[in-house]
Amino acid sequence: MTSYALFLGCTIPARQPNYEVSARKALAKLGIELVDLANMTCCAPPPVQSIDFETSLSIAAHNICLAEEADLNIVTLCTGCFESLAMTNTMLKENEKLKEDVNTILSKAGKEFKGSKEVKHYLQVLKDDIGVERIKQSISKPLSKLKVASFSGCHLLRPSELLKFDDPERPHIFDNLIEALGATSIEYRNKLKCCGGLLRGYADDLALKIAREKLVNTTKAGADCISTLCPFCFLTLDMGQLMIKSRFQEEYNMPVLHYTELLSLALGIDPKELAPEFHKIKVHSVLNKIS
Amino acid sequence: MNCGKEEMTTDLVFSDTITSRLGGETITSCYQCGTCASSCPVAKITDKFNPREVIKLSLLGEKEEVLSGDSIWLCCSCYNCQERCPQKVEIADVIYALRNIAFEKGYIPTLYSEFASAIINDGRIGKISKFMEQKRSTIGLPPLQPIGVDALRKILSGTAFEKFQQKKEEMS
Repeated sequence: MTSYALFLGCTIPARQPNYEVSARKALAKLGIELVDLANMTCCAPPPVQSIDFETSLSIAAHNICLAEEADLNIVTLCTGCFESLAMTNTMLKENEKLKEDVNTILSKAGKEFKGSKEVKHYLQVLKDDIGVERIKQSISKPLSKLKVASFSGCHLLRPSELLKFDDPERPHIFDNLIEALGATSIEYRNKLKCCGGLLRGYADDLALKIAREKLVNTTKAGADCISTLCPFCFLTLDMGQLMIKSRFQEEYNMPVLHYTELLSLALGIDPKELAPEFHKIKVHSVLNKIS
Repeated sequence: MNCGKEEMTTDLVFSDTITSRLGGETITSCYQCGTCASSCPVAKITDKFNPREVIKLSLLGEKEEVLSGDSIWLCCSCYNCQERCPQKVEIADVIYALRNIAFEKGYIPTLYSEFASAIINDGRIGKISKFMEQKRSTIGLPPLQPIGVDALRKILSGTAFEKFQQKKEEMS
């Protein structure tokens, strides 16, 4: 069994137990052990980097130090957390001077970043540790009637130089993993474009306009659902539909499911165990296509 | 020649201030091709934000306009521009550098002041309600681990976060 330190972040425990429960169940079923470490904090994502970039790297590095001490690599569920931690990990490993500066700051808390561990988004764990073929063999309920619009979110792919995840302009890892479940991963216009999530709270109107475009394009392409890898993208596209309804008087009713939810369903986990009530846009239409 | 107000607000060493900060190092490589603007999902729907314009104004030393304005806070951090820039200007990171400078100068949007306080007070930017905490056990989730807020406060001592918090407490 492969073990990882689970970096849960802020948004998932605050708002999306459906994401966490599906991730824990699906990964356990595939033989991945998730270890919950004490004393992790916020990952210091873009809103925190916007306040003080260098200190943000220290906050991220502090979290990585905790995993180093536990001798575990980190896995994240949130692409925002992945970006903050993986970016910091790469920057500090590649820049000795920056590492020294950050370690001076970390010494105030009695920590030292060594650069001995990896930070992965769980999609990498599925691809590298388990593999597409084994996932195909593990599923008991293929999602063959489902047309899924994959949406990676920005911070899984970019900045690619630091995250080293997939081709930033023509990614394929997520789509392959959707197809491994028997579903069809469909093409749609501006697939890689941002959901606008980080403008929420500061410029809601612009954020909604960007999110709406994603709903228009996935609807036009005939998607049964959108699949996300990030709690913030999920929030923007799921709850966002209620805000879009009141702002633009448009109703899309496009179910949004985290990939771990689709994976859990394909692995035969009972939907009732997956806390579907935390979806604002109901997912019955998707569940009805899986039998 | 009397440049009036212009003369007072332009700061030709502003680009040095930016390049000396983490994230801002590459700004002077910009040759204004506009690849960033054409890749930007925000610039596409509003004229209030254009990454090329932010860089141009910064390089021209229009410090006040850049730092006090709305524009730098309208980047959605998608990194499309940075990924595609032929000059390898790290545009999204330059925006962070500009926001960091704005924050130090006291140009702080309310939302970001809330983030700063949340980090110092709670060690996280999203509060977890009692309802969610109780809900966990009923759906088979383990209890949440404690947050390392004490270690975090030590890390934040002497930084922009702590200075901001001190100022805020003095004012209240």
